[in-house]
Amino acid sequence: MIRISVFAAATMALAAPPAMAQDAHLARNLAATCANCHGTNGAARGDMKVLAGVSADKLIAMMNDYRSGNQPATIMHQISKGYTEEQIRLIAGYFAAQQPRK
Amino acid sequence: MSNEQDTNHTDLSRRRLLGAGFALSGLALAGCATAPDSGPSIGRVVIVGGGFGGATAARYLKMWGGNVDVTMVERNANFVSCPISNLVLGGHKQMADITRGYDGLRALGVKVVQGEVTVVDAAAKKVRLAGGGELAYDRLIVSPGIDFMTDAVGGLASALATDQVTHSWKAGPQTVLLRKQLEAMPDGGVFAIAIPKVPYRCPPGPYERACMVASYFKTAKPKSKVLVLDANPEITSKKGLFEKAFKDHYAGIVEYRGNNELKSVDGTTAKLEFDDVKANVLNVIPPQRAGDIARSAGLVNVNERWVGVNWLTLESTARPFIHVLGDATFSAPAMPKSGHMANQQAKVAAAAIIQLLKGEAVNATPVVMNTCYSFVTARDVVHVASVHQFDATEKTFKPVPGSGGVSSAANQVEGRYALSWADNIWADMLAL
Repeated sequence: MIRISVFAAATMALAAPPAMAQDAHLARNLAATCANCHGTNGAARGDMKVLAGVSADKLIAMMNDYRSGNQPATIMHQISKGYTEEQIRLIAGYFAAQQPRK
Repeated sequence: MSNEQDTNHTDLSRRRLLGAGFALSGLALAGCATAPDSGPSIGRVVIVGGGFGGATAARYLKMWGGNVDVTMVERNANFVSCPISNLVLGGHKQMADITRGYDGLRALGVKVVQGEVTVVDAAAKKVRLAGGGELAYDRLIVSPGIDFMTDAVGGLASALATDQVTHSWKAGPQTVLLRKQLEAMPDGGVFAIAIPKVPYRCPPGPYERACMVASYFKTAKPKSKVLVLDANPEITSKKGLFEKAFKDHYAGIVEYRGNNELKSVDGTTAKLEFDDVKANVLNVIPPQRAGDIARSAGLVNVNERWVGVNWLTLESTARPFIHVLGDATFSAPAMPKSGHMANQQAKVAAAAIIQLLKGEAVNATPVVMNTCYSFVTARDVVHVASVHQFDATEKTFKPVPGSGGVSSAANQVEGRYALSWADNIWADMLAL
């Protein structure tokens, strides 16, 4: 911890708060919590909403509407409140970059 | 010839990568130029158990880790799902509907071994198989589910061994057996289901089972009864919703009795503290603990029943390099023992194991969530959901205040979602 290189110190100084470095795979890991219902990498089957390839702005807006109650839901109003805004932003960015299942 | 191919391959890759705007050192480029699985392995992971936890870990280790050697040892040739198995008991689904194979995992390069791990040698970092043979590991995942504390109920071990009584709390032949007993039961008979004190696998499962058996009786054997003998003082999950289902759909069929702990069984007679209940078909969900292999491996270190884990990695607090998933773990506060939760834990473990094998820091802020759908009729469903964030101070997962909850009422929209949930989670864990 003491022998920190100039490069590492610079990198840490540039990193956004919180103090602990964010895991490089955080968005992927967070999005994986949705896969049980919405399919691996958001490629859902059956009656579940496909998230893969949906724009990040749209996904964030949907989650905000679930949280506020603007969009009635069976379950998503309860689940959406469990994630922080930053986590939702990361999840939305991840799904937007995925391919829907063929 | 091979050199020339290698050179061409590298040059092509270099051009492609540089064209895409990457500036990489030669070493990093060589690593990137190879297909994910063709480079040297970053480590060997052996997985004991191919259920919701173990299979998910196998799939995600391969998907996220690339060159990880993954060997999964599972007793059964196929996966049979506990979720949705109550619909088989109700006659609304068949065994084929809840059975899936492991070919998707094989196609990803997971070595699926049908067999049983009998010994975990934590010091030598290897496991021994029942038929002989050993598997060495860098990291071991033990996802054994639960085993039963049959000694806690007098006469239960022999009643289960002779098929007089069923548990049907592991899906498979026990599901088939109970369904056959229900079909053979005369109209006007009594089906009794005994529920152990919490914690047990799948908190709402017993009440869903009562509903599903009652739905079968309602049309096929309307003079029959479902008697719910609960060791807990009241319904342990989705209480109001199940009470309403018993009243609205199964009045005169389902009778619920709280604080009725099963003491012993004699044939299909359930012996309680103050009275005996003679049933035609007796289904006993026994008290549970971590699966046997967790105990013999020296992993059980909480209440002589469960395995303590570090929630950032799912590594056992009793033995290093061994990660434990699912129902066998000593659950974090308000965390249910469910297949859905085992799947979520497996993803935290898979991400962490890949990082540990590479010598990297693990994710310090994991999240897991749970959704559990229960059928109250063949089509009407109720849910319970929760989201759990890691709390760095308390070093455990905690449910997020204000999040989660249950259905406002049973409904058929969630009936469709419940079946889609099953399709999606089975595909997610088994790479279908």
